[in-house]
Amino acid sequence: MEKSVVFNNRLLPYLLLVPQLIITFVFFYWPASQAVWQSFLREDAFGLHSEFVGLENYQSLFADPAYYKSMMVTVIFSSLVAALSLSIALLFATQADKNLKAAGAYKTLMIWPYAVAPAVAGVLWIFMFHPTLGTLARPLRWMNFDWNPLLNGNHAMCLVVMAAVWKQISYNFLFFLAGLQSIPRSVLEAGAIDGAGPMRRFWTITFPLLSPTTFFLLVVNIVYVFFDTFGIIDAVTGGGPAGATTTMVYKVFADGRLGGDLGGSAAQSVVLMVIVIALTAVQFKYVERKVQY
Amino acid sequence: MVEHRPLSDIIAYAILTLGIFIVAFPVYLALIASTHDAATVVGGNMPLTPGGHMLDNYYRAIIVGGSRAIREPVGQMLMNSFISAIGIAIGKIFISILSAYAVVYFRFPFRKTAFWIIFVTLMLPVEVRIYPTYKVIADLKMLDTYAGLILPLIASATGTLLFRQFFMTIPEELLEASRIDGAGPFRFFWDTLLPLSVTTIAALFVIQFIYGWNQYLWPLLITTQDSMQTIVTGIKKMLYTTDELAEWQLAMATAILAMLPPVAVVVFMQRLFVRGLVETEK
Amino acid sequence: MALRQFGTAAAVTLALALATPAHAVTEIQWWHAMTGGNNDIVNKLAEEFNASQSDYKVIPTFKGSYPDTMNAGIAAFRAGTAPHIIQVFEVGTATMMSATGAIKPVYQLMKDAGEPFDPKAYLPTITGYYSTSKGDMLSFPFNSSSMVMWINKDELKKAGVAEIPKTWPDVFAAAKKLKAAGHETCGFSNAWASWAHIEQFSAWHNAPIGTKANGLDGFDTVLTFNSPLHVKHLQNLIDLQKDKTYDYSGRENKSEARFGSGECAIFLTSSGYYATAKSTAKFDFTSAPMPYYPDVAGAPQNSIIGGASLWVMGGKKPDEYKGVAKFFTFLSDTNRQAKLHQESGYLPITKAAYEKTKADGFYEKNPVPQTPLMELTNKEPTENSRGLRFGNMVQMRDVWAEQIEAALAGQKTAQQALDDAVAKGNAMLRTFEKTAK
Repeated sequence: MEKSVVFNNRLLPYLLLVPQLIITFVFFYWPASQAVWQSFLREDAFGLHSEFVGLENYQSLFADPAYYKSMMVTVIFSSLVAALSLSIALLFATQADKNLKAAGAYKTLMIWPYAVAPAVAGVLWIFMFHPTLGTLARPLRWMNFDWNPLLNGNHAMCLVVMAAVWKQISYNFLFFLAGLQSIPRSVLEAGAIDGAGPMRRFWTITFPLLSPTTFFLLVVNIVYVFFDTFGIIDAVTGGGPAGATTTMVYKVFADGRLGGDLGGSAAQSVVLMVIVIALTAVQFKYVERKVQY
Repeated sequence: MVEHRPLSDIIAYAILTLGIFIVAFPVYLALIASTHDAATVVGGNMPLTPGGHMLDNYYRAIIVGGSRAIREPVGQMLMNSFISAIGIAIGKIFISILSAYAVVYFRFPFRKTAFWIIFVTLMLPVEVRIYPTYKVIADLKMLDTYAGLILPLIASATGTLLFRQFFMTIPEELLEASRIDGAGPFRFFWDTLLPLSVTTIAALFVIQFIYGWNQYLWPLLITTQDSMQTIVTGIKKMLYTTDELAEWQLAMATAILAMLPPVAVVVFMQRLFVRGLVETEK
Repeated sequence: MALRQFGTAAAVTLALALATPAHAVTEIQWWHAMTGGNNDIVNKLAEEFNASQSDYKVIPTFKGSYPDTMNAGIAAFRAGTAPHIIQVFEVGTATMMSATGAIKPVYQLMKDAGEPFDPKAYLPTITGYYSTSKGDMLSFPFNSSSMVMWINKDELKKAGVAEIPKTWPDVFAAAKKLKAAGHETCGFSNAWASWAHIEQFSAWHNAPIGTKANGLDGFDTVLTFNSPLHVKHLQNLIDLQKDKTYDYSGRENKSEARFGSGECAIFLTSSGYYATAKSTAKFDFTSAPMPYYPDVAGAPQNSIIGGASLWVMGGKKPDEYKGVAKFFTFLSDTNRQAKLHQESGYLPITKAAYEKTKADGFYEKNPVPQTPLMELTNKEPTENSRGLRFGNMVQMRDVWAEQIEAALAGQKTAQQALDDAVAKGNAMLRTFEKTAK
């Protein structure tokens, strides 16, 4: 996974990195370290009285059954959203890559959901799937299916998964398409001349050549689903009913909202950060081996 | 397509149409809802075809709603959103392409560490560290400034990762040929790497522009002067109420309006996509 | 040449000096969460105040929803850039007042500034929520509402319900008739799950939610609402949910439209829903006081308020505080309060304003806005009905709603759900108590 031909400048690489590192230090590491420090404190919302409590926040966290429940919910939610949004987007991207007529229009329409802010998307989904007022809930009721995400945890999970996947398909589609379109035509033509049909060409040529993009999207999707789904869950189900859609990241924000439990919330985000770093490190170590550059 | 197979074309059209349907249906519904009156929209029996209240609703949303709830002219807010979105997009692309270049094409101590330092920023979202980040901005006197709106949001690890992936796919021969020609790192970057990266840059630009445009929490927090508010805040000012729930049809109308500029950007960038493709060797 | 430049510079400087007012206007920053028509009202009030005198200028800024505004206030305070006045919803009361130094109590503000201020001039149930148990006002009520029962008169008539229900048994009976008449998905419902069935329910029945006057008297309060009365009520809801005679509508008010659309003919939610109801409901409707259990002694007692109040942040200069005090006096003016109430639907905060509105004959023409006031002034408030003050109320409401949801979904019994709500809530209160000094 390394380039064999490189430049030998000593100072230049550091200079190239400096802009990003400065921004990262000032606007991430400095505030983040304070947030991490907060996980060892117990303080009020305004920060006027803080007390060092060591690992107490972590201990109460791991003694709380609700925390384990949120872990389960996270596993289910993340796997579903990542798997669905990646595979569906790949399917659409491969079809859009075929240079059909009106391909441009298809591409534009596919990217729309990404342009929708999470709060607005939440409103749209409630509007469609509200148990009694929702437009799409009507056919469900007509089939005598008691669709009720307000009280039924599985229905609620279904709803947030749909909303999160919907948003993420556009993002994945965009990058899959860009990746597909940078595969040289000549390679595919060579495959066709060799007598390989479209399916074989896809799996033996296209997919491997697409693997750098796929790896990028895999990593980014895992991060997205772990961290960026707060907005959509909050807008659609508010973590309910009875905690059925409360993922770990949702719990972080909900607990820490308005200075509610800053220490506990900080402890949760540290744990979450460690988990995702580990997950990503595993991806880099083991999955990247399969990527062909 | 390397050979012409009508059946697979038909399947492709079918899948794409289904895709568009799934993806665009909610937006279509919102559009329909914005053309009916309140009672029809919440009645649970809204038809799937446009109603006759479009002008009325949009008038109320833009003119009446606009003058009632927003003191600053809409133009100023659009400008603020635009400047901050462009700033974020360009800023991110700029710093992450440089970092990715350094990490991929150079050997130096702490190379891997630098990459992970940048990468970890994805693992702690802004909302978790919002109070300390706000304090940093306040201490740097960047409240109510474009710098404050833009800088904290450009530390993007996704950009760095994306460019790293892309650079890894560039054949070694290109660099070898370049070096034989006597090109140093700058020449190679400018003459060879950058032109090849156009499609990737375009894709990232679209994503980051939309991301920057849709920012709500951060601009709301650090801007107090009306003249610095963004259009998303302005729209929220019209919509969200606790004591009285906004009328759904107006909420849909303003949601549609909020979606238009990012979509316009996407359409515009599509042209760039296609042009970039034609120029790249295939 | 140099002389001419000098002359120009001098002229400009002189002009600037003359243009600068002799004394600078003290600016007072006001952060609020009002949108739409309410945003207009906020701006108008500020403009009127600014025009009425030349020493102070109130500058209102919209900072998002209630949670966003409070969040902005906390972040700003921690960074030293807090506004002077901030509008905080009632749920944030405990957080605001728990940290001494973060805020300046209103009664103290008015005293220091020498502004005339008589706490007895204000409606006790409205200010009581934001006062100490002794009656000292901590924050200034701004937009208050209460919970009322919205009634679709047309549908009730069609279902053969002769009178507007007064008691819970009446409501259950009416709901069953409505179901029989075709309302299959909703006999009755409500918004704001925990506000309706725990907070308002307790106050209306003179039952405590927690010890120490529901927390007004101290942060060492303990929750007690897993009482037989509450269990009975929740059990009724669970039973009725089975066939949707009662149908749960979520934690907040996203489903309020169920009333306006005609689906739920009986719906409990905020009195502030009036404006939306007027524009969306195409039927004859009205509001009525919340129902109660007739076998409970002392019921109905009085309702408690919801909405928001204005808090004054700490650490500002005395001159600025004087301006804030003058602004509050301005807001309390009887005519202004009466006009504000009649135009916006905010409840009047002074007794005089309420009396004036009655004397103006306003309620004869508009009976609906009077319902919450009748509930609030029904009886002199007791320890159980002045309001409530629990730390981390935002998270608390979520915890309570979660348990209600579990019960309604059949995952727990009513007793278990309320026991769990109390237990989890108490754990949170103890943590909060440790941070509040």
